[in-house]
Amino acid sequence: MTSVNVQPAPSPWPVFYHRWVVYLRTWRGTIFSSFAVPVMFLVGIGISVGSYVDRNASLGFPYLDYIAPGLLASSVLQVAVNEATYPVFASFQWVRTYHAMGAAPLRQTDMVSGELLYGAFRGITSAFGFLVVMALFGTLHSVLAPATLLVSLLLGVAVATPVLAYSASIRSENAFAVLNRFAVIPMTLFAGVFFPIENLPLAARWLGYISPLWHGVELSRASTLGTATAWPWVWHVGYLAAWAVGGYALARHRYARRLSD
Amino acid sequence: MIHARDLVKRFDQPKKREPLVAVNGIDVDVYPGESFGFLGPNGAGKSSTMRMVGCVSPPSGGTLRILGLDPVHDGVQIRARLGVCPQEDSLDPDLTVFENLTVYAAYFGIPRAVAKARATELLEFVQLTERSDDRVEPLSGGMKRRLTIARALVNEPDLVLLDEPTTGLDPQARHLVWERLFRLKQRGVTLVLTTHYMDEAEQLCDRLVVMDKGKIVAEGSPQSLIQQHSTREVLEVRFPTDDLRDIAGKLTGIGERVEVLPDRILVYADDGDAAASAVHRRDLAPASVLVRRSSLEDVFLKLTGRTLVD
Repeated sequence: MTSVNVQPAPSPWPVFYHRWVVYLRTWRGTIFSSFAVPVMFLVGIGISVGSYVDRNASLGFPYLDYIAPGLLASSVLQVAVNEATYPVFASFQWVRTYHAMGAAPLRQTDMVSGELLYGAFRGITSAFGFLVVMALFGTLHSVLAPATLLVSLLLGVAVATPVLAYSASIRSENAFAVLNRFAVIPMTLFAGVFFPIENLPLAARWLGYISPLWHGVELSRASTLGTATAWPWVWHVGYLAAWAVGGYALARHRYARRLSD
Repeated sequence: MIHARDLVKRFDQPKKREPLVAVNGIDVDVYPGESFGFLGPNGAGKSSTMRMVGCVSPPSGGTLRILGLDPVHDGVQIRARLGVCPQEDSLDPDLTVFENLTVYAAYFGIPRAVAKARATELLEFVQLTERSDDRVEPLSGGMKRRLTIARALVNEPDLVLLDEPTTGLDPQARHLVWERLFRLKQRGVTLVLTTHYMDEAEQLCDRLVVMDKGKIVAEGSPQSLIQQHSTREVLEVRFPTDDLRDIAGKLTGIGERVEVLPDRILVYADDGDAAASAVHRRDLAPASVLVRRSSLEDVFLKLTGRTLVD
């Protein structure tokens, strides 16, 4: 046999590499959707609904420009949730990829971090696609626009880590419907993507305030429109960072619990 | 390679105060180059032992050293030198046969060029070269098992753990797996396997332990276990009646031990032919008489009982 002495150095990269090899089979599809989906949303809602909204002209910007960064953030949320649900659950339950990794020298930390590396890659690339489409629609009004990629990265990690923990805790994929119904859909609707959160009754606004998405939307809107954020931007960043850090710790804990007995 | 003293594995059981004791104080030593087997019925604690040896399940008590290291603290270093063929298949259906090996090699930090060279060699070894670019799903059970074995060898392990390597395979597939494992053994690779197939243990193991209810009930080479726990031969007698207990009573004194099964009576004797003539001399008119050599299966059933455990 080929004899090479290899020192074990567990790292997240093999976990990323595993996802990457699978990604190489489907990347054409994801490239298409990274461009086609934004175009559909911007035309379908931004321009068409916008033609009604803009008659009141109360936003200070064309509705298309207002909604585009919100849709960008919500598509990052979608990608983060997708990558941290079914493929992760499959790795625990159906394919048992994590069991194979755990029999090799990889640690649970490597698995969580590797999934995040891949999630970050997917989040950044789809945010980039969205930004390109926004530029083509003429909705970028600030030199800070490239910073939206950093916002997307932070939002993606803030969402992906708790969802990884969730996927490591459930025993049936039916639980993803619960996640979708009670977290993803309410967030998408009430976190300032489609309308300013101030339009909500005070009692319902907290739904937006606690969601990571609203903070991501605020930051994305500021970086693409050049406006100020609702709260000082450091608070938004700090809140997302808190989700990311807390979610990471929780995910590690849930992975360890699921994989060792 | 493996050194265990008073090794214990307990699992907390939901809704019960008493934990489940899967492994209850076993002593095991496995030496380099040997092929060692854990035999036992389902629930005997074989897989729990293997999981502890594989450093994926921490022991609840006792001492365990793998390759001279402590599995709790040095799990990463130990696992880097182990090859594990789990009972439940964990091949990736999204990857090709070849990629299943190269991606797994990446988990060990093996550089890609080396991984590819090894994958090619290993597919040759397990006779899957032609399926190299196929996905895993259409493969038969035997092919998947061979691929899992190849995967376990990708890091050139010092110790290979095989948890029920041929369970669920058809006879042709089993023999092919055995033949490949025998080749590994000839190369000097240390093999540790669990099985509940006696023929598998007789074929592959230099030494084995029989486990039952978390404890080791016997230890030795297949041959020495037969000598210790059974007679040289077994006489199987069938009668054209249902009342075998009654007949068994009339067989006392023949052989060392008489066992009544629903359809036949087993007489354990060192000289089966002599026992057969003794049966004939008692005018019992058996429907058929068969003399065979004692097997590991007789030892196994004597030690772990005939009652079904699930």
